[in-house]
Amino acid sequence: MKDIHSEQKTYKFGMVIDLDKCTGCGACMVACMAENNVSFRADETDKLRSITWMRVYKMTNGLPFPDTEVCYIPRPCMHCEGSGHHRPAPCIAVCPATATDRDHETGIVSQIYTRCFGCRYCMAACPYHARYFNWWDPKWPKGMEKYLNPDVSPRMRGVVEKCSFCYHRFQRAKNKAYAEGRREIREDEYQTACAQACPAGAITFGDLNNPQHAVYKLKNSPNAFRILEKLGTNPKVYYLSTKEWVRRGVDHYLEEEAQD
Amino acid sequence: MSATEEKEQAVSGQAEQGKEGGEQAAGRAEIKPTSTLSRAKLLKFLVLPLLVFGAGFVVNLFIGWVIFPRLLYSEKDQPIDFSHKIHVEAVEEGCESCHFFGEDGTFSGVPGAEKCAECHEERIGIHPEEAKLVEEYILPGKEIPWHIYARQPNCVYFSHAAHIKMAKLECVTCHGPVGESIHVKRYQQNRITGYSRDIWGWRISGIKTNSWDRMKMDDCADCHKKSGARNDCFVCHK
Ligand code: HEC
Ligand code: HEC
Ligand code: HEC
Ligand code: HEC
Ligand code: HEC
Repeated sequence: MKDIHSEQKTYKFGMVIDLDKCTGCGACMVACMAENNVSFRADETDKLRSITWMRVYKMTNGLPFPDTEVCYIPRPCMHCEGSGHHRPAPCIAVCPATATDRDHETGIVSQIYTRCFGCRYCMAACPYHARYFNWWDPKWPKGMEKYLNPDVSPRMRGVVEKCSFCYHRFQRAKNKAYAEGRREIREDEYQTACAQACPAGAITFGDLNNPQHAVYKLKNSPNAFRILEKLGTNPKVYYLSTKEWVRRGVDHYLEEEAQD
Repeated sequence: MSATEEKEQAVSGQAEQGKEGGEQAAGRAEIKPTSTLSRAKLLKFLVLPLLVFGAGFVVNLFIGWVIFPRLLYSEKDQPIDFSHKIHVEAVEEGCESCHFFGEDGTFSGVPGAEKCAECHEERIGIHPEEAKLVEEYILPGKEIPWHIYARQPNCVYFSHAAHIKMAKLECVTCHGPVGESIHVKRYQQNRITGYSRDIWGWRISGIKTNSWDRMKMDDCADCHKKSGARNDCFVCHK
């Protein structure tokens, strides 16, 4: 039985988000919250306290009226690949509890809520602000707990949570594959909630290592880039934009820094 | 007993030696009081503490092994005393008549009342438990609130398909001989966590003799390690 490991395929799941298509409607944020039992409060105005696994940021080119341009940037967890065993994703490197780790089969950065004790080092380490802290126990409006997703475990006060690339959908897809006696899963069997919800079709999800998957071709486009690429976190979320100011903006180049 | 007796013999032997050497009267006088003293000392410093320790040990053992589990776990009755033995004979497809896989790979788990109604729409026997089934659940159209022995905490993901279709494991390996049961097992629930006692095991000593004695994280992980299955956190957690 020792060969199960070698039999098992490894994936590198990732996302490509086309910023030229994104209208900033926020459907991905809503779909994500509903899918992943993300809690919310009556007053969500304090963004330092609210939880949004998928968050749409707004960026402008800073030019006066006729030349003003706006770009919306949906930001899930980047599932940083890091580089090799000695330089994992920043959050994994700092977690003292091994509550967050890189899943070897999928490359997804896992978060085990019951292991987390809320030190929030990972939140400080994450350059993308993709991690959120539960300041309160989740409270659902009456009757809404009946609509929670049974495949996603709810969180409690005092733990950190973040986007999991809807990992439970991968589990579900594999479970179905197993019942049918196969191991491989098709591209359409595992898609994240945000990718499916996007009305503009801006979000594409799949295996970055698989030439048959749409993301494989998209990530190799000349317009593809990643946020804060220079930090070397090696994210698995790519963005597409034809606009130079957008590409430069998300990499936080300062005025005086040299153009590449 | 033996330690005290030996000491006593040694002491009296010393006393006799003293008698033989007649001129050592002074020595004898010294020895005598020592021997009585040591006996009292012995009682005070060895026997008594041993007795106290032993008594304390037994009391604490009793508290730890008998009283504590009763405080920690509450016992609940299953709604119906279901007999697997009778039913595995009565159905046509064995276990799969009631515990089967859905088209999407999900496992049916414990069957719903509509399955029972296939045969028990009205009473077919004279068993009082069957009367309860028909009158309390099937006729009013209510679900039977079974307690699930194997139920894992919320954060755990488990897949029967992976273990039965892929790893080809038997139900017994993880559940024990439930499939042959004549009566339902006792169900106990941890008062603090709300988890079934079957997860952490019934034996307070923690000794595991059967593969199904408990199903904690380490028990899952041990088998995964042995059989070469993956052990990343996200394999079993959600
Ligand atoms: C007539 C339907 C029926 C058939 C056939 C049947 N079962 Fe069950 N099974 C039940 C019901 C009802 C329960 C819940 C009551 C209980 O725990 O005994 C149950 C419970 C179980 C459980 C305990 C699950 C848990 O953790 O609470 C196991 C294990 C199990 N069955 C295995 C088997 C096996 C193995 C077979 C075949 C040999 C089998 N069953 C055949 C109806 C059935
Ligand atoms: C395939 C038909 C069939 C199905 C389905 C079935 N039973 Fe039965 N059941 C029987 C038969 C046959 C007997 C024996 C009747 C007798 O002679 O007393 C029986 C007896 C019983 C008894 C009384 C005997 C005992 O100690 O168990 C109970 C209680 C019972 N069934 C519960 C259930 C429940 C609960 C379900 C649903 C999970 C169920 N049955 C589903 C056929 C069935
Ligand atoms: C590798 C160990 C393993 C094997 C093999 C296994 N089970 Fe289970 N079973 C579990 C675990 C763990 C759970 C609890 C799942 C949970 O809480 O999500 C469970 C749950 C169940 C339940 C209750 C599910 C529910 O929620 O209603 C039933 C019934 C059951 N198993 C029957 C079976 C039968 C029948 C077989 C053989 C075909 C089998 N199991 C084989 C580990 C196993
Ligand atoms: C008796 C051995 C055994 C026990 C006990 C066991 N497993 Fe497994 N499990 C396996 C094997 C073997 C596989 C690999 C199946 C395959 O892919 O061929 C597996 C696979 C899995 C998978 C699917 C993994 C994947 O990559 O898709 C999950 C999930 C899982 N086990 C969870 C659990 C949990 C949770 C428990 C404890 C409640 C548990 N297992 C207990 C042997 C076991
Ligand atoms: C082979 C399956 C498996 C793997 C792999 C696994 N777990 Fe678990 N874990 C379980 C099961 C089953 C339980 C519930 C039973 C228990 O409490 O032991 C559990 C319970 C826990 C708990 C306690 C939760 C509670 O509510 O009691 C924590 C914390 C935890 N796991 C963290 C982790 C972390 C971190 C990893 C990765 C390093 C991991 N687990 C990997 C199966 C697994």
